[in-house]
Amino acid sequence: MTSSRLVYMAILGKDLRAELRTLQSLPAMTLFAITTFVIFRFGLDRTSLSGSLAAGVLWATLLFAAILGINRLFVAEREEGGFDAIRLAPVDRTTVFAAKASALLVYLVALELVVVPVFAVFFLDSAAALLPLTLVLLLADLGLAATGTLISSMAVNSSARDLLTPLVLLPLVVPLMIAASGASEPLLALGGPGYHRFGTWLAVLGLYDLIFLLVGYAVFDFLLED
Amino acid sequence: MSQPVVAVAGLRRDFGERTALDGVGFELGAGESLVVLGPNGAGKTTLLRILATLLRPGSGEVRVLGAHLPGEAWKARGRIGFLGHEALLYRDLNGRENLRFHADLHGLRGEAAEARITELLTAVGMERRAGQRVAELSAGMRQRLAVCRCVLHDPELLLLDEPDSNLDAEGRELARELIGPGAGRTRVLVTHDPDRALPDADQVLRLGAGGKVAVA
Repeated sequence: MTSSRLVYMAILGKDLRAELRTLQSLPAMTLFAITTFVIFRFGLDRTSLSGSLAAGVLWATLLFAAILGINRLFVAEREEGGFDAIRLAPVDRTTVFAAKASALLVYLVALELVVVPVFAVFFLDSAAALLPLTLVLLLADLGLAATGTLISSMAVNSSARDLLTPLVLLPLVVPLMIAASGASEPLLALGGPGYHRFGTWLAVLGLYDLIFLLVGYAVFDFLLED
Repeated sequence: MSQPVVAVAGLRRDFGERTALDGVGFELGAGESLVVLGPNGAGKTTLLRILATLLRPGSGEVRVLGAHLPGEAWKARGRIGFLGHEALLYRDLNGRENLRFHADLHGLRGEAAEARITELLTAVGMERRAGQRVAELSAGMRQRLAVCRCVLHDPELLLLDEPDSNLDAEGRELARELIGPGAGRTRVLVTHDPDRALPDADQVLRLGAGGKVAVA
């Protein structure tokens, strides 16, 4: 069996190199998110948002932008024979799950590095919430990466993958979105960040991450078989 | 004969209502070549994908390199070189990056891996084109890279599905050095060109319609 670390680095490095070279996912995700903020700004006719409305706008936009990347996560594996190459090699399949989820996590973090400051410029009166918001973003990204990798690996074999991914993914991430919005709401409150039930929502996010990382670890081997 | 490298008995595989293979059986010893012939849709590619552990057998007995399939597929993986209709190369990586990726998957690393990659690229005449993205290469050049990918990890068993496809005369000769009978590996070769393949064959398997063995 090939060293898991070597396989992990090979798959993650391959994905990031291909994305840097072709820019197929990240620019589309970023453009989608920024355009959505513009639509919200004019649609709501508000120059400032706070509390639950701000949290809702942020998380709905990030989720739908993430789906663009999730849809493409396994396309090269499916269309260029990557699945066969991996199945022919003596590798632990859970390492493949870890590498693909890590690649998606990198895309999400890169997306947020650009679009969260844009969100702050568009809708927030101060940037004080951004630092504590980072923790919420990271925990939510981890859950999205785990769930998205699982669903993407299943949907990619269907000709209707663009339809299938959101249909299956969205119900699964409802708890994640509730917890992320719940944790973000006090941070984005009018008058500056608050921390009411912040810890509780972070614990829910952590629990969600743990569950879906374990599910991925348990079932990914079977998902790669014919 | 010592323990066969490949032993198949009563193999059947269905895809829904359609039977791809039915009652296929043969044994292949170390260093031997089996040529599989048959019309389109006779199940030749399905047979190779089952032997490569990429498809599960429906029923029957399949043993590859001592591993019972599908339960012990992990024992055979990494010891098989598979050259199918797809090159298994990423279009957005160059040739050398692709081979390095496959070397990593098979646990080859460092200078030994680089030396092996250079040796194979030179053997198929691709050392000067190895820095080009696969998407920019002709089908023949991709096939040369696929031959390198297939033997990169020095497999004991080669499963070759029309390995000459897209190769010019020079490419066929260069590839033959790596995947031909002279390379000393056990081979299962699917071909539509019996004139070239049969002189090297130790056994011939003819598949007919519905994946039945026509003449063994």
